[in-house]
Amino acid sequence: MAATVPEQITRLQVTFKIARFIPETDEEPHYEEYTVEALPTDRVLTVLQKIKDEVDGTLTFRRSCAHGICGSDAMRINGRNRLACKTLIKDLNIKKPVVVEAIKGLPLEKDLVVDMEPFFQAYRDVMPFLISEGHDPTKERLQTIEDRAVFDDTTKCILCACCTTSCPVFWSDGQYFGPQAIVGAHRFIFDSRDAGTDVRLDILNSKEGVWRCRTTFNCTDACPRGIEVTKAIQEVKRALMFRRD
Amino acid sequence: MQIHRYDVVIVGAGGAGMRAALESSTRARTAVLTKLYPTRSHTGAAQGGMCAALANVEEDNWEWHTFDTIKGGDYLVDQDAAEIMCKEAIDAVIDLEKMGLPFNRTPEGRIDQRRFGGHTRNHGEAAVRRACYAADRTGHMILQTLYQNCIKQDVEFFNEFYVLDLVMSEDGERTAGVVAYELATGEIHVFRAKSVVFATGGFGKVFKTTSNAHTLTGDGMGIIWRKGLPLEDMEFYQFHPTGLAGLGVLLTEGARGEGGILRNKDGERFMERYAPTIKDLAPRDMVARAMVQEVREGRGAGPEGDYVYLDLTHLPAEQIETKLPDITEFARTYLGVDPITELVPVFPTAHYAMGGIPTNIETEVLRDNDTVVPGLYAAGECACVSVHGANRLGTNSLLDINVFGRRAGIAAAEYAVGAELPDLPENSEAFVEGLVSGLRDSTGGERVGEIRKAMQETMDMNAQVYRTEATLKQALSDVQELQRRFRNVAIHDKGERYNTELLEAIELGFLLDLAEILVVGALERKESRGGHAREDYQARDDVNFMRHTMAYRHVSENGDATVRLDYKPVVVTRYQPMERKY
Repeated sequence: MAATVPEQITRLQVTFKIARFIPETDEEPHYEEYTVEALPTDRVLTVLQKIKDEVDGTLTFRRSCAHGICGSDAMRINGRNRLACKTLIKDLNIKKPVVVEAIKGLPLEKDLVVDMEPFFQAYRDVMPFLISEGHDPTKERLQTIEDRAVFDDTTKCILCACCTTSCPVFWSDGQYFGPQAIVGAHRFIFDSRDAGTDVRLDILNSKEGVWRCRTTFNCTDACPRGIEVTKAIQEVKRALMFRRD
Repeated sequence: MQIHRYDVVIVGAGGAGMRAALESSTRARTAVLTKLYPTRSHTGAAQGGMCAALANVEEDNWEWHTFDTIKGGDYLVDQDAAEIMCKEAIDAVIDLEKMGLPFNRTPEGRIDQRRFGGHTRNHGEAAVRRACYAADRTGHMILQTLYQNCIKQDVEFFNEFYVLDLVMSEDGERTAGVVAYELATGEIHVFRAKSVVFATGGFGKVFKTTSNAHTLTGDGMGIIWRKGLPLEDMEFYQFHPTGLAGLGVLLTEGARGEGGILRNKDGERFMERYAPTIKDLAPRDMVARAMVQEVREGRGAGPEGDYVYLDLTHLPAEQIETKLPDITEFARTYLGVDPITELVPVFPTAHYAMGGIPTNIETEVLRDNDTVVPGLYAAGECACVSVHGANRLGTNSLLDINVFGRRAGIAAAEYAVGAELPDLPENSEAFVEGLVSGLRDSTGGERVGEIRKAMQETMDMNAQVYRTEATLKQALSDVQELQRRFRNVAIHDKGERYNTELLEAIELGFLLDLAEILVVGALERKESRGGHAREDYQARDDVNFMRHTMAYRHVSENGDATVRLDYKPVVVTRYQPMERKY
């Protein structure tokens, strides 16, 4: 028995204008338009899958969980970095075609798929793991509720790359770690159990590090998890300024 | 074609795969193959918690947890395996804390614990606070923490490599490796290995309404099946009570653990009638049936009367925002409903496979009731140990992946250290090459999307929370017809690079196999137990059916494959079956 949501079933005609790039044949991306029927409550991802299933099987994009937790389907939707599975048709202006493009700043592979490797490499470079001193405890470490709360925001990150690929500094300078890597470092720098703060701060103090950030807030606007990315970057900058050398 | 050599190959980089990798990679040369990126795995969607009898907030012990697991599984649980899981649960949580997992804390700074369905004090007296958690993103934090530790240990990953076949040694006795398809290039890779761990997750995409990711297509189980190895208890599929109505997006049982209440259209707390002692915290199978029952008897809410409500409005806003932030956002985003002030429409959603690849407690894969396949291991949702029996308790999946993922990593590495690399049989890549070229060259007129949709619709209609002989026969004939149509499936995309359409077709082939096995097992199990509810056989039948189903692929002389069923006894240690009341 399947449940249905109470909704005035208003089926809409929506047109998606999608940046297509077939690596075997194309030199440059080009746009193609698809018009399909959708519900206001449909996710952009649902519509993309519908186009793939019913119109053009060659349309290529990544997706997995479809509810904003796996981070697979970051893309530019009407010029903004969003997760396709967290963007509903009713929240878009469908009087005009909905423009869907791959995220910027990472090598384009095919249609909406980019090479994520440079992004993950930047994350790995900030040592995103707990570094402890001395012997491992035999029991759980203690941590106060207050200490746990300090870094709660940055634990939400799903590595979708919406923030990093919305950053103008990252677009123009492929060496910059990007907001996500700083968020990844923040999550450990401000964890009371961690002993690796100095080494991480050294990494972020480098020329590819936090000082590149120009506080444009694109990253914070782009984050589908509501992480205050710019604030986290500012906190890392402050930690650098006030640390004892 | 490229050939790689490793001691251990782990297939899948969710919780079980990465937990295995952390053990295996320190002992033997290990590769982890995943069809996604590690952090995309569906472990990350788990919300509520991971149970362990830490007794941080009230009296508890692992024996009570074991009993709850066995009773929750409606006595189809192998009791030796449940004992191991519940005993090792305590270390599993401590290990995660040491790795850096940011658990919620008590005022004393210890790992906080909350209530969860079916977890009780002293054999059912009352709900107990046993679930360790990190807000309502415990699975996310487990997945991230395991990945972070894999980075720390420099674990070698092959991302977006789809494993499509298992290679057996020439004599068919042991594993020799796997064959994988690289998404980026379309190239086929053979990974030779001394031991192989399958940690490939579930197959929720056989259903339409599901909490599962698009990518949960049962590839690992499907590969094992095509190799002629058995699958266990496939008819036992869990429907999670609280999916967002119409969408299936999961809302954690932790919402009820925090005090949430299910209500019908009259506002009645209906679970009081079905489970007078622990009410809304009864096990999932019972709650899901109660919800369907309410709807069938005309007490469903909404214009179509086809869902019930999850009520959190009596809880303090601050508790909801801090303990259940993600599900609050899901309700706001997808249904436009604010749980702080409004009732949330919910209905059962296909969630978890209790069955899977049969293993013993060492995670070694079985080729029959007793014999192991040397060098082959399985853990997590794709495996059936069986710790979940006929119905998994909430949080026990996160526990399963940690306890048995760890065991699989150790066992696979230890086996590899003492074993020779088996010779590679000739043409070991031939099956995958044929699979790929067959689809790419097909000129048939059938579409992947249409067949998948039809399969999901018949499974939702006929093999869901309640089943009868008639509905299951309908599902079987529908699925078999779709399998015939699938032979004529064709794809548009003929390219080599990132051909996701090709892989969706291959995944659909696995799903169709698994849907058939599920339905055949359900038809033959003429009783109701745990997640398998037969309206035509409403009682549990311990005389005839307190045994595991073992499904085998039988190929007749004309080449047709059918499902043959056999049975395996349940391991009973100290708990004799009794009536399941809550």
